[in-house]
Amino acid sequence: MSGAVRLLLVWAALMALLALTVGAAFLPIGMAKPWVAYAIATAKAILILWFFMEMRRESGLARLAAIAGFVWLAILIMLTATDYLTRRWIM
Amino acid sequence: MAEGGVQEPFARAARQREAERLGMLIFLASEVMLFGGIFAAALALRLEHPAGYVDAAHHLKLWLGTANTGVLLTSSLCAALAVQAARNGQARWAACALWGAVALGTVFLAIKGVEYAGEYREGLMPGMATTHFEGRTQQLFMNLYFIGTGLHAVHVTFGLALLAAAALNRGARQDRHAMLIGNVALYWHLVDVIWVFLYPTLYLAGVR
Repeated sequence: MSGAVRLLLVWAALMALLALTVGAAFLPIGMAKPWVAYAIATAKAILILWFFMEMRRESGLARLAAIAGFVWLAILIMLTATDYLTRRWIM
Repeated sequence: MAEGGVQEPFARAARQREAERLGMLIFLASEVMLFGGIFAAALALRLEHPAGYVDAAHHLKLWLGTANTGVLLTSSLCAALAVQAARNGQARWAACALWGAVALGTVFLAIKGVEYAGEYREGLMPGMATTHFEGRTQQLFMNLYFIGTGLHAVHVTFGLALLAAAALNRGARQDRHAMLIGNVALYWHLVDVIWVFLYPTLYLAGVR
């Protein structure tokens, strides 16, 4: 497959995911809504990182550098959630 | 003897490209952490005031935000195509794709400006004489919205300057390793990834 065609297909997939996430926001799925929205956002980010940012061609070291920020962010988000979700338990 | 375009202390272009790419990725990781604080603050606000957060987000213009997501994703496609064209030796195509990315990035900023103007008219811009919020949660949410999207817009502006500089640089266009264009494109894609997460955090959260 030619490189440009592959990039165009990835772009089409990103647009489809955008349509999907807007559609899902209007579904009556209640508490699941943010989970669906962030799952689709993560899928988009993976597509951008893997194909547009060419992580599929990079060495392990470059991939590690690219993912490092997200790993630390995950720790930040998890500890913040742990704090705010459990505050009411002790009050 | 070093190859053409290779700088000290590198002997080979492939080695220089690897080092430059690694440095850029580490810088981008620091950018992820910079925006990470804003996402953590949004999470804290949403967990503390779930209903108020949704009500505040409902005042944002969902369709302008959605259009901007599409514009930025397409702009990223242009940047990725530019890297590929440079690598294939198609310098003219690389320049066209870079200018395409610049044009779409400018459209993004224009739409953002229209949004900000609307929020100013509705009294939702913090710190203005006409500002009136429905409550503390909406005030905090709008502060977060302007800090998050404002910081992002600053990054878009820098990205546009870098893309234009790369498009004007003959050496960069003709570099078959696409070192400069590749690094600028990486920055532009990360700005896109950040928007991909700002979109559900700010806009989609307001759909009731």
